Amino acid sequence: MTKYAAPGQSGSVVTYRDRYDHFIGGEYVPPAKGEYFANPTPVTGEEFTEIARGTAEDVDRALDAAHGAARGWGKTSVADRANVLNKIADRIEANLEMLAVAETWENGKPIRETLAADLPLAVDHFRYFAGVIRAQEGGISQIDEDLVAYHFQEPLGVVAQIIPWNFPLLMAVWKLAPALAAGNAVVLKPAEQTPASIHVLMELIADLLPPGVVNVVNGFGVEAGKPLASSRRVAKVAFTGETTTGRLIMQYASENIIPVTLELGGKSPNVFFSDVAAERDAFYDKALEGFTMFALNQGEVCTCPSRALIQSSIYSDFLGDAVSRTQAVRQGHPLDTETMIGAQASNDQLEKILSYIDIGKQEGARVLTGGERADLGGELSGGYYVQPTVFEGDNKMRIFQEEIFGPVVAVTSFSDYDDALKTANDTLYGLGAGVWSRDGSVAYRAGRDIQAGRVWVNNYHAYPAHAAFGGYKQSGIGRENHRVMLDHYQQTKNLLVSYSPNALGFF
Amino acid sequence: MPRVALTPEAADLLRRLRASHGDLMFHQSGGCCDGSAPMCYPAGEFRTGAADVHLGDLEVDSFVVPVWMSAAQFEYWSHTHLTIDVVPGRGSGFSLEAPLGMRFLVRSRLLNSEEL
Repeated sequence: MTKYAAPGQSGSVVTYRDRYDHFIGGEYVPPAKGEYFANPTPVTGEEFTEIARGTAEDVDRALDAAHGAARGWGKTSVADRANVLNKIADRIEANLEMLAVAETWENGKPIRETLAADLPLAVDHFRYFAGVIRAQEGGISQIDEDLVAYHFQEPLGVVAQIIPWNFPLLMAVWKLAPALAAGNAVVLKPAEQTPASIHVLMELIADLLPPGVVNVVNGFGVEAGKPLASSRRVAKVAFTGETTTGRLIMQYASENIIPVTLELGGKSPNVFFSDVAAERDAFYDKALEGFTMFALNQGEVCTCPSRALIQSSIYSDFLGDAVSRTQAVRQGHPLDTETMIGAQASNDQLEKILSYIDIGKQEGARVLTGGERADLGGELSGGYYVQPTVFEGDNKMRIFQEEIFGPVVAVTSFSDYDDALKTANDTLYGLGAGVWSRDGSVAYRAGRDIQAGRVWVNNYHAYPAHAAFGGYKQSGIGRENHRVMLDHYQQTKNLLVSYSPNALGFF
Repeated sequence: MPRVALTPEAADLLRRLRASHGDLMFHQSGGCCDGSAPMCYPAGEFRTGAADVHLGDLEVDSFVVPVWMSAAQFEYWSHTHLTIDVVPGRGSGFSLEAPLGMRFLVRSRLLNSEEL
């Protein structure tokens, strides 16, 4: 067991500054209005730094810097751009422990996740897009003997990115890597719940990027996010969040006639067919872990497997084992490497989860384990902790239909394949899903029939670069994590060239 | 029967927001992150349309704040009554209250047979 020292304590691998300004044009710039807001850690609820409270003036300044840098960066050779991304990856890797502690303190998630997932995935993401941009080729279409269409990919220019608070660094990297690889300059607004860890990263990599290529403006959605998303000077907006803000961003984009990519969450079904329980073997154990994945990152994942559908013939036994597995989840100090579940990211998130547990009980769902706020004592009493919770109920209940974004799974049964698919698809969303079966045909068919952009088959919560990630239905538009994301950050330029010396003969 | 209500604390916050932003509206969000939050905007900022349901109007003193939800979401929420409350918090999309260190939150109860 290791427990990392908290930032600010002696022996800590990371020190947060007392204050962070905006990162604009390669340097730190105070907010135009001179205001800052306090940033608490969800681990204890105590404030540990203050952050620039950005406004339209700061967004404009960042857009100036980005426009100043966009042309040069877009003209930089793909080899040089890829080299920059690879150097960023190397720098993150060399400082992985420091960034992991910073991220855990910022977000509340357990250190074993930031060490094993968030930061290694961020490293690989930069390397992946460094690779795909080198391998990208334009196209040539020979229309006829004398007419040739050349297709070039060109960067969009300056793009806006609005980052969520559940994976503050990784979600920023998911958006930065393809945008930078494609040759764009970026103005990025972190979530106001988690505004600080990105600056630990920016300070680490600032010397690797030409000034103005990446700009970070902090602040509240209404004061900084809106001026950015509605600006006439951005060529595209990328957003991860919820549906109402997603619609508002599309509305602003429609005024400017620019594209958006949106990732707006889900209510992902995790489907366990009866043959999962044919043996009590390694696969059965893996399936139980797959069930318990709802507790990963405290359930604050857009693809949280928050609906478990279990075939009725194995329902009681499997669910009993799954509840036992859930009860074995170790809740504790997020900086302790033995801790499996940490703190919810903010007080309002905690309150929302508790309000959902309340309506779940009112609707008659049965709490099989958990169902309460967790008080872990000592300094953690001020933090935001929820017990891993298993509800048993019906798919029409609100807890089956809304992303609680907490460590709460709602369980129901199904009779056969058709019943499973009917329930799995009875949702507004279609981001993720899980299918568990020893029968490859059943797993394949279910995977194809579930209306979701990512279906994990006999695994869950893996997010490798090179596997497209994005939503069907109301879960959004676009596919991240894959080469296809370059298409969302590039224009197609067509040069249509005639090699004929002769007039057409029309005029 | 009314489908939406307001706590006194939320009404106080609406008074403050109206003083700085003018007429207001709510649109109930869904999805991840700050999903499930009632988003408060200047009236007309969020364009509602045929895909939305008008759940009701919240009366605060002499002004009225309409509450909207997407029609698709309403199909799954229609059996519940929503009370808009407020808690200390941070951020909820572009909702107006976030810079005040507060955020609106919905508390739900089942509609009884007379209300349905």
